[in-house]
Amino acid sequence: MVQSDNVQRTDRVLVVPGDKLGDSSYKPGTGTFRKDSEIFAAQLGILNIRSGFINVIPAGGIYQPRQGDSVIGMVQDIGPSNWMVDINCPYTAFLHANETQWKVDFGTAGQYLGVGDIILAKIGQVDETKRVNLTMKEQGLRKMGSGQITKIAHTKVPRVIGKGGSMIALLKEHTGCRIFVGQNGVIWMDGEFEGMKKAAAAVQLIDHGTQLHGLTDSVREFLSGNGGASAGQSQPVGKMTFDIGIKRE
Amino acid sequence: MAEKIKLINDDGLRTDGRKPDELRPIRIEAGVLANADGSAYLEWGANKVLVAVYGPREAQPKYLQDPMKAIVQVNYNMAAFSSEERVRPGPNRRATEISKITAEALENVIITNNFPRASIDVFIEVLEADAGTRCAGLTAAAVAVADAGIPMTDLVAACAVGKADGQLLLDLGKKEDNFGEADMPIGIAPRTGDIVLLQMDGDMTQEEMRKALRMGMDASRKIHELQTDALRRRYAVNFADMDDGEAVQ
Repeated sequence: MVQSDNVQRTDRVLVVPGDKLGDSSYKPGTGTFRKDSEIFAAQLGILNIRSGFINVIPAGGIYQPRQGDSVIGMVQDIGPSNWMVDINCPYTAFLHANETQWKVDFGTAGQYLGVGDIILAKIGQVDETKRVNLTMKEQGLRKMGSGQITKIAHTKVPRVIGKGGSMIALLKEHTGCRIFVGQNGVIWMDGEFEGMKKAAAAVQLIDHGTQLHGLTDSVREFLSGNGGASAGQSQPVGKMTFDIGIKRE
Repeated sequence: MAEKIKLINDDGLRTDGRKPDELRPIRIEAGVLANADGSAYLEWGANKVLVAVYGPREAQPKYLQDPMKAIVQVNYNMAAFSSEERVRPGPNRRATEISKITAEALENVIITNNFPRASIDVFIEVLEADAGTRCAGLTAAAVAVADAGIPMTDLVAACAVGKADGQLLLDLGKKEDNFGEADMPIGIAPRTGDIVLLQMDGDMTQEEMRKALRMGMDASRKIHELQTDALRRRYAVNFADMDDGEAVQ
């Protein structure tokens, strides 16, 4: 395992809400709270101590929007010059026409994005009442014309990507699909039908996988083991969700 | 009520053979429902309770939303077949009361400020009832909320203390509940020792009350160990291979 200098790896300690994690020599990070100069776990998860901060990496739970996250969303509703987008979190996100690359006349938003369209977006702002604003202004952020999406727990996103992108490279290589992973746990993929089926099955395998180590190897085995059409038949892959049909522009 | 039943025998043992300060056997499993965000199953003597937690999700109807924090909604329900006498389905005075006090107990430990406008929905289903279901329900609900990855400052553990044949008894059984002199459910946040639930039916002297509180709190701490154990078992394997990563395009 490669370790950078300021990373201190603790040995996968599972903590439960209310567990004492440290004293005032550390700073409270995500998933923790401080009470009387002591730091406690606020969430069920893995203890992680990094550059003076004590964090708890949550073991489960619903995605919470954070500024700067790349997410994949589905348009839910259309306003005169804005859209409401489902980004797989407790709050519906707001996308204004000014935050897109199109010049949208008032009342014509529906011509650019319709209900059910999938978009790749970035979270611009999250205010204190958790109103989420999306942006599509940056390069690469766009409407997805085709493909399908599948959802996993957002906590498993790092596993789908793998160390240095190894897992996602493996998926792309074996299925010939284009794949995008949103930090909200929504995965978009496009390619040949059989390839997408295989990729979706592999993603669900990662989501439900309980392997201790060597997940990459078992996914590689899964992807190359049953070639072509028979992919996914013998493996327990959990439920698969196909939220949109295949749509070509 | 006229005391026709002898609840404590000459050896000082109760009708089910327990000592006065002995709990019934308790078993807790976390994460038993695939479609809930968090869940728990608990067996406490002959009580069987299933809890499902959904959320945080957008509170509906909208007027219930609090712009500053999440609301906690609990639905306690006894299955029609849960008791010797058929329970008429639907909410009743007792179920409404238990739902309310359970929600208020959980609100004390859930960090609701993190989720403005959201709702955390807890469904407690009593499958089999044998006295002490509100404590069983609250104990299981705390595990299910933690399992849902919801940030909380502590768990909640609850246990009843009562009085029968003039003697204080821990964790009343059905006969002791029906024919005893007092029943006092106690729920605490074990880290701080804060009391988050306290009710009493019947009467005790001040001295008995003090002793009963101590008994209930000690027992709740034991139950808390079972709760954390259930949560640790749930994720012991699942997250051994977790790594941080960024979403890649």
